[in-house]
Amino acid sequence: MTVVEDLAPPPKVEVRPRGMSRREAWQRRLPLLPALIYVVVVTQIPFVVTLWYSFQNYFFDVPGGAHFTGLSNYTTVFTNANFRASLVRSVVMTASAVIVAMVLGVALAILLDRKFFGRGVVRTMVITPFLVMPAAAALVWAGPMLDPNFGLVNWLLQPFGVHHVAWLSTQALASVIVVMIWQWTPFMTLIVLAGLQSQPPDTLEAAKVDGAGAFATFRELTLPHLRPYIELGILLGSIYLVNAFDAVRLMTNGGPGTSTTNLPFYLYQQVNYAFDVGGAAAAGVVTVILTIIVATFALRMFARVFQFEEAKG
Amino acid sequence: MRSSPFRLRALAAAGGVAALLAGAACSSSGSGTSASGTNSNSGTVTVAVVSNPLITGQMIPLTQSVFEKQNPKITVKFATYTEGDLRAAIEKDVSTHSNAFNVIMIGPYEAPLFAKNGWLVNLSTQHIASDPGYDASDLLPSIAKALSYKGDLYAVPFYGESSMLYYRKDLFKAAGLTMPLHPTWSQVASFAAKLNQPGKVSGICLRGLAGWGDNMASLDTVVNTFGGEWFNMNWQPQLTSPAFENATSFYVNLLRKDGEPGASADSFNQLLTLYGQGKCAMWYDATVAATSITTTYPSIAAQTGYAFAPVDKTTSSGWLWTWSLGIPAGVANEGAAWKFVSWATSKQYDSLVAAKYGWAAVPPGTRTSLYSNPSYLAAAKAFAPITIASIDGTDPDHPTVNPVPYVGIQYVDIPQFESLGLTVGQQIAGAIAGTETVKQALQTSQSDASVYTPAELSAG
Amino acid sequence: MTAMPVRAREPRPQRIREWSGNVGWAVLTWVVGIAFFTPVLWMVITAFKPESAAETWPPKFVFTPTLAEFHLVFSGWGPFVTHSIIATVGSTVLVLLLGVPAAYALSVYPVKHWRDGLFFFISTKMLPIVAVIGPLYVIALKSHLLDSLWLLIILYTAMNLPLAIWMIRSFMLEVPGELLEAARLDGAGRIREMTSVILPVISPGLVSTALICMIFAWNELFLALNLTITNAATMPMYLISSVPQEGLYIAHLSAAATVASIPVIIVGWLAQRSLVRGLSMGAIK
Repeated sequence: MTVVEDLAPPPKVEVRPRGMSRREAWQRRLPLLPALIYVVVVTQIPFVVTLWYSFQNYFFDVPGGAHFTGLSNYTTVFTNANFRASLVRSVVMTASAVIVAMVLGVALAILLDRKFFGRGVVRTMVITPFLVMPAAAALVWAGPMLDPNFGLVNWLLQPFGVHHVAWLSTQALASVIVVMIWQWTPFMTLIVLAGLQSQPPDTLEAAKVDGAGAFATFRELTLPHLRPYIELGILLGSIYLVNAFDAVRLMTNGGPGTSTTNLPFYLYQQVNYAFDVGGAAAAGVVTVILTIIVATFALRMFARVFQFEEAKG
Repeated sequence: MRSSPFRLRALAAAGGVAALLAGAACSSSGSGTSASGTNSNSGTVTVAVVSNPLITGQMIPLTQSVFEKQNPKITVKFATYTEGDLRAAIEKDVSTHSNAFNVIMIGPYEAPLFAKNGWLVNLSTQHIASDPGYDASDLLPSIAKALSYKGDLYAVPFYGESSMLYYRKDLFKAAGLTMPLHPTWSQVASFAAKLNQPGKVSGICLRGLAGWGDNMASLDTVVNTFGGEWFNMNWQPQLTSPAFENATSFYVNLLRKDGEPGASADSFNQLLTLYGQGKCAMWYDATVAATSITTTYPSIAAQTGYAFAPVDKTTSSGWLWTWSLGIPAGVANEGAAWKFVSWATSKQYDSLVAAKYGWAAVPPGTRTSLYSNPSYLAAAKAFAPITIASIDGTDPDHPTVNPVPYVGIQYVDIPQFESLGLTVGQQIAGAIAGTETVKQALQTSQSDASVYTPAELSAG
Repeated sequence: MTAMPVRAREPRPQRIREWSGNVGWAVLTWVVGIAFFTPVLWMVITAFKPESAAETWPPKFVFTPTLAEFHLVFSGWGPFVTHSIIATVGSTVLVLLLGVPAAYALSVYPVKHWRDGLFFFISTKMLPIVAVIGPLYVIALKSHLLDSLWLLIILYTAMNLPLAIWMIRSFMLEVPGELLEAARLDGAGRIREMTSVILPVISPGLVSTALICMIFAWNELFLALNLTITNAATMPMYLISSVPQEGLYIAHLSAAATVASIPVIIVGWLAQRSLVRGLSMGAIK
């Protein structure tokens, strides 16, 4: 595949290199402005205010309001073991959920790519977890599925020698990650399936005629073809999973201890239970900076995702 | 001109957005009220309550069927939360003056602190003085004192409680054991070991859910009676002292060995269900559970015996708590709010409950007159005497063996405790779940507590 | 008989192996499908149980179904579902109103720095809203927007707009150049071009964009939890409040979870393909 420098598919109408008339330029800009101004106002203003509060000492429950405190919030953020731990945990949870979901997604897509009896039904069953409200999924897993005294999982695992495990106490992090995987595997499956179904059948036929085995065909032909799809799935999944909040809040409330506290939950607790607006703001600023760094790399990969359109053209 | 319809449309779009934002800024739907706090006797009263049987099962239905009918101009909306969430939501609302709640359900921890900050309406001077039928002098003295600040009531009790030990008389008899009326914790531990049948009945059920009103409430009473305390007279945290560590190890090990599985997720509601399903041989928790057991699980209630909260170095160790109703300063419809508050905490309310749910179901621990009411004493004779004796035996001003600079039995009445109690509770829940050792949990808790300087703590 | 060449017959054992291989894969796929579906199935089954049959050991599969829990849910969900519908529909309409012109300006008649514009929008999606939630609460409080539906509409729009713009843009790029040429030759101005050519062609894409936006808005919990109390509380908040019921609550919880999820599930089932196109942002056909 040729490497193309273009970052996204080119526009329909050529941008005249010599520049257009000022009126034309404004004609083109105007439709963009409402959305642009809207997004700038709604997303950047809160960030600026957060930046300001990060230098203030402001606790809701301390009368007297906000007062300037310099960099002390940032010092706390960098020395606070809790923040660092929740950062690491966020990375671990996101990475493991995304990777496992993608591996399962590829496997499921391969299975669903064949024709068999009731294929549509199975496909419908497989995408359902993604459609369940995340809050509902978290509560249903926490109660009817994983409860030590009446949960379905314990009953299903009984023949395997598992007895009344209190999943949310002893395997809390794994349980939360399992729910995240359960909800996002369908997404990965659908994307990879679209990739499989867009594979030109003639190359596959040719490989078969040449005598290539199934595994070799997969490795040499299919996997490279699927690469942009897999990258898209990983990118989108990561964007959403890094902000995963519902499962942590509703299954374990960040516990036991702080063993399932990820970054969104940590910030949520700082604001709503410790009432520490200043500290949460500083932590938020640090989070945003880290996200920008990661996103820069991610966007480069994202750009490559659209290369395949160019190469085919 | 070709460009003008385009520009027009763009301008229209921009204008639409601007209008939307302007409309949003001007709208006050649910945003709170004017700062002056109108004193009307009608309107919507939003009540923030904890999700407990006495509230979801009685207060809310009775409000809809009786109060709103008697007061057609008043609409009551309830916002129910679990205990930890309730505290967070209320404190956030009251401290930022967002005035989303007209009535808040708080306890002896919040009442003096909020009153000191000027966040609560002084009920004594503003309302009780002009409402003779209310009979505030009937309130139990220890309960009323806990809700007062500088002699005035800032909240009135809906129900009051201490803590005690529930046990299954049938299981004890079958094992040949006898529960004394004033047991010690070591006796309780040995009972639990003998009665524990894993998978069927837990030797004892105890709170493990993280929260200063959840697991820490129980643990604090154990700490107190083992001779420990949160802070010494110089406001230095004592969470790694031998007494505190002994008490915590005892509690955690008892729970892990002979307690219910998955304890780190359990608080009052979960344990009530477990006990009612017959899965606990003993249960240490709030005295108000007796009311719920009697009304919801009568067959278990028939087998239930009651003992005072277990002790070690002290003669009593029950906690003192009351879920009470207060009115944030500056809310709208204050008159309507008081109408509701006074109705829900009145003697007439007790009679309403008795008529609909039976005398045994009446919210306990608030009024002296209830405990001299023959109908109540007859219906609740199994637990009423021990309840009132437990409440009377508490002394929040002197909760511990050693002298301490703070007030509160199962809490420390300082503003910092709101979050400190929670973080320590989380560590303890971790120890109960086995994700860390007791030593680690207490060390982390000690450093969390050491973040505050003595000057900060004593100012609170 | 036709003149078709006679295929050499495959030896019998290989055909049986191939057939049983196929059946094996099919069975495996069915098993996996059922495994993924089981929690949802269990949720719906439990919703029809009376509470006494919902917390048993072993779990009950045979019981007398009842609609009691659903009655409870439907008697309690009123304000919550209304708020959810308003916030979802309102924000989606606003997203389309803002997003269609913006996508237009990034595709058909692009501005000079269309790449920067595009990446600005997607970058806002990558920044976590959790980071600003404290100050956001203060802003909302001070502008009297706390616990109001307008606030949710504003925020959900900002949340979905980047995705919508990227999606709509990719659909607009597929409009055949000839159609646009023909319209221009006909003398159509930009507005008529939009209404008579572009919008009709991309309307399936608009539908899938709207579906995606509605799904994310309907399911959104974090902002609702932090910024609403009673006057704008949405369905996810209703779910949370169904948990701490005294005593037994598992059947009620399952009923509430079922009711809350059913709209999205049904929409997703019916519009599977549209959903996939949308989710892969039209980049993948």
